Amino acid sequence: MSLLEVKNLQVRVEEREILHGLSLTVNPGEVHAIMGPNGSGKSTLSHVIAGKPGYEVTGGEILFKGENLLEMSPDVRSSKGVFLAFQYPVEIPGVATMTFLRTALNAQRKARGESEFSTPDFLKKVRSVAASLNIPQDMLRRGVNVGFSGGEKKRNEILQMALFEPSLCILDEMDSGLDIDALRVAADGVNALRSPDRAMVVITHYQRLLNYIVPDFVHVMSKGKVVKSGGKELALELEASGYAQFEDAA
Amino acid sequence: MNVVLAKTEAAHAKSDIIAVARDRLPGTGKVADLRRQALEAHERLGLPHRRIEDWKYTDLRVLMREVLPLAAAPDAEALKRAAAALKLHAIAGVRKVVLVDGVFAPTLSETSDLGKDINIRTLREALESGDAASQAQLFSPDNSDAMVALNSAMMTDGVVIEVGDNAVIPLPLHIVHIASGAAPAAMFTRSLIRLGKHASATLVESYIGAEGAKAYQVHDSLIVAIGDGARLDHVRLIEDSREAFNISSAVVTLGANAHFNTFGMNTGSLVSRYQAVIAVAGEGSRVETNGVNLLNGRQHADTTLFLDHAVPNCSSREIFRAVVDDRGHSVFQGRIIVRPKAQKTDARMMTRALLLSDEAEADNKPELEIFADDVTCGHGATTGALDESLLFYLRARGLSEKEAQALLIQAFAGEAIEQIANDALRELAISAAQRWLEARG
Repeated sequence: MSLLEVKNLQVRVEEREILHGLSLTVNPGEVHAIMGPNGSGKSTLSHVIAGKPGYEVTGGEILFKGENLLEMSPDVRSSKGVFLAFQYPVEIPGVATMTFLRTALNAQRKARGESEFSTPDFLKKVRSVAASLNIPQDMLRRGVNVGFSGGEKKRNEILQMALFEPSLCILDEMDSGLDIDALRVAADGVNALRSPDRAMVVITHYQRLLNYIVPDFVHVMSKGKVVKSGGKELALELEASGYAQFEDAA
Repeated sequence: MNVVLAKTEAAHAKSDIIAVARDRLPGTGKVADLRRQALEAHERLGLPHRRIEDWKYTDLRVLMREVLPLAAAPDAEALKRAAAALKLHAIAGVRKVVLVDGVFAPTLSETSDLGKDINIRTLREALESGDAASQAQLFSPDNSDAMVALNSAMMTDGVVIEVGDNAVIPLPLHIVHIASGAAPAAMFTRSLIRLGKHASATLVESYIGAEGAKAYQVHDSLIVAIGDGARLDHVRLIEDSREAFNISSAVVTLGANAHFNTFGMNTGSLVSRYQAVIAVAGEGSRVETNGVNLLNGRQHADTTLFLDHAVPNCSSREIFRAVVDDRGHSVFQGRIIVRPKAQKTDARMMTRALLLSDEAEADNKPELEIFADDVTCGHGATTGALDESLLFYLRARGLSEKEAQALLIQAFAGEAIEQIANDALRELAISAAQRWLEARG
């Protein structure tokens, strides 16, 4: 069984159709890159998979481990293993990062019928993951993302990914706002999480990110559809020729 | 015609209240005269209503309609119910002084072994002492507020605390107001805390109802005098029954280089009003007055603060948060006066309201009156709903809608709660907020 099956998905936002019959199949262990120009619907796809309000699905379906994902609330999707690394992680003043991480992890575990982590076990786990991502301890005491640099915010997303151990990771424009060093740290963090039972969907505008996170498959989106799919060499081809050739194909 | 008749009847009714209560009101001679003057003022003014600017959002003629008769002195059964309620709200590491139905309850209080630095008497003792000086400080010459005047007329008991110069009182004093719920009735209390020069103390006031206590009325007032170089940390927690009324006031005076850190949290009562007048009368003083209202159902809570900067080089901070669900109504009125001599005043007030339902209401009325030219003063007020993007982020991380809301509400209220300087008191406020969130489901 595929991990994620998006079939002929049609999505509207305020009367405007953004996705016009998008299909995508992702199997465990695979890394898929979704590329495309601004406005092609890449972020919309990630939001609809995560369950963000404000999108109306007018056709098609999304199956996650064979279940109808669209019927689930965002928190249920999360506890079942869907993780969206946000393009713009929000700042939550007054909620310490550590409190947030523990509340979220235990909420997911509770939803799965697992026992809550004890405080010492939790702290040990967070500290070891944070250390591997170069996240200083004082960052964990601060409000969620409050005063974090762009790179720190993205590392905080990857920290959560490592902690929650989802089976599907969607990385929405992970490279936006990162300089080359920050990008390398983030990409190393993501690569460390690649595993045979975890899949990743990497959404990006630029090929650059794919030098660091090398995908198994590349899909080109244009005007709300996947217009071309191929191997990792497709990304290089795009880098050379640009998206213009696909604008007409859509 | 009918209106006049009704008013007259109401006035008669109130005279009856005091007539009936007279033999239970402590003090004779001068005290009785002051009571009579206060009652006359109250009768002249009647219950405050919306056409009185200070009471604009809290019309007691509509919300409360009448003052209930004075509660009976607690009997053994009432004390038993109060003891059970006290157990549920017990705080570790404090010295309890308990008032049940407006009357000091020695068996529930811990007023022995006070040491030489602190003196605690009941209001009744102070008023009956015949000591003119201590009586004078218990009465305000100002009867312009109808509810303060009523309190002056009817006060039956309370706690009078005097802390000597240079005394450091490590154990917080906890005044617990308990309504035993024997019958719908009103209790009238007044307390005083006076800190000598360079003294420091911590005062907690809780308002609770025993199980089954419903539509009772709490009429309370507090007088605070903080001497030069002294410091008072103060927390008040209103967790009254959801049908109760709590009409309270405070008058605070600070000497030079004094410090007052006060925090109020209101999660209980149907209708509450707390008005505090804080006079910064000595140079170099600091005031932090913060608060949180957590309201739902049809609760109405009004916090009205008046900060009076009369002298130079003082600072004040007001941080107030309201979280309002269902058809709740939160009112915050913050007035700051900076008088002509009060140069170098640094006064700031920030009030924010979070509305969780379409029918919730929050009124914020900040007022700054500045008569000095070399000052830093500012205020801000915002009202809004929970941020959808934050809610989605939390839900995408596995939190249910209620859990995500609870975390954001805690963070929002936390901005005010964090201002409590004393760790134990801060924990107290956090747990009161958690109780409200858990009750919300």
